[in-house]
Amino acid sequence: MIEAKEINVNTETGGEISYETTLFAEPVFHTNNFTFTNALVTSWLAVLIIIILAVILRKKLKEVPNVLQNVFEIVVEGALDLCDQVTNNRSLSVIVFPIAISVFFFILINNWLGLLPIGGLGLLEKGEHGLAFIPFLRGGTADVNTTIALAIMAVIGANLFGIFSIGIWKIFNKYVNLKALGQIFTKIKKDKTIIIVAPITFFVGLLELVGEFAKIASLSFRLFGNVFAGEVLLASMAAIFAYILPIPFVFLEILVGVIQALIFSMLLVVYFTISATDHDAHDEHEKHEENVVVSV
Amino acid sequence: MELDLSTLAKAIAIGVGAIGPGIGIGLIGAKAMEAIGRNPEATNKILVPMLLACAFAEAIAIYALVIAFSIK
Repeated sequence: MIEAKEINVNTETGGEISYETTLFAEPVFHTNNFTFTNALVTSWLAVLIIIILAVILRKKLKEVPNVLQNVFEIVVEGALDLCDQVTNNRSLSVIVFPIAISVFFFILINNWLGLLPIGGLGLLEKGEHGLAFIPFLRGGTADVNTTIALAIMAVIGANLFGIFSIGIWKIFNKYVNLKALGQIFTKIKKDKTIIIVAPITFFVGLLELVGEFAKIASLSFRLFGNVFAGEVLLASMAAIFAYILPIPFVFLEILVGVIQALIFSMLLVVYFTISATDHDAHDEHEKHEENVVVSV
Repeated sequence: MELDLSTLAKAIAIGVGAIGPGIGIGLIGAKAMEAIGRNPEATNKILVPMLLACAFAEAIAIYALVIAFSIK
């Protein structure tokens, strides 16, 4: 068992309870052949909260907004402006925005649910070292499975988006650059250096393929690490001096929750935008401009 | 005397891993201060990108922290 933090407390029964934050999500209850971990429970709760909020907002949608609608209008408008800054294109950001903001709210609510003191409610279970305390609420993003799933969704989604917007052949050539190899035969008469340049371009394409996996790793571990480290930080601060000392760190963690959700969804928008831009068209455009300059 | 190497490994993992991000966040903060000093009206525009850059730098320290936690 991997222990991040262990505090042993003597209870009245004389047994020891270990309050530890484990690297993996702990199982809360079992059905026949399916284990419900606390991270899973929390992420379902987050989904439920989002659904309820969405339904309430939809029912009370008015020309003159009430308080809740006002708050969300400010948030969505600000987020759409931020999205515009990344994509530089309203029509593109209108397509990407719904995915990004859903991911944002899912991560944000998960991060904040993990901070709730209700996480203190939980089960006592027989672990390897006597009784172990298992909280019901553990931020869904503090489980590496959730963050890897989100990251894979972001990267595969970006590539699918690229396929739908600029075509499967161009996306395929981004990774396995057959077009560059083909240019050896078509352009060799004009430009002798292509015989050196084309294999390099092909190799860069393969590196791009590795880069996609690096994207998954960095996205998932950034989110997981930040949220998980926050939980451990709070636990160890509470161990040093309970109730008072953790309070400033709780504020820090609330801020970190927002920032990490923002970063994840902004990177998602960036990946979608990169994959939807046609780099060849850009080159041709530049060439066209050069031609214009020459002709002038 | 038997040295507990895993404790040492944890300490080295987070200790060495925190150097780079520490320098990075210091540079980000210094440059942001410089920018605000040059143009105090741009404070609000600088703050959000600065926080984002800080979070990116901080993430590297947190990779090291995760590694430190996962050393048995």
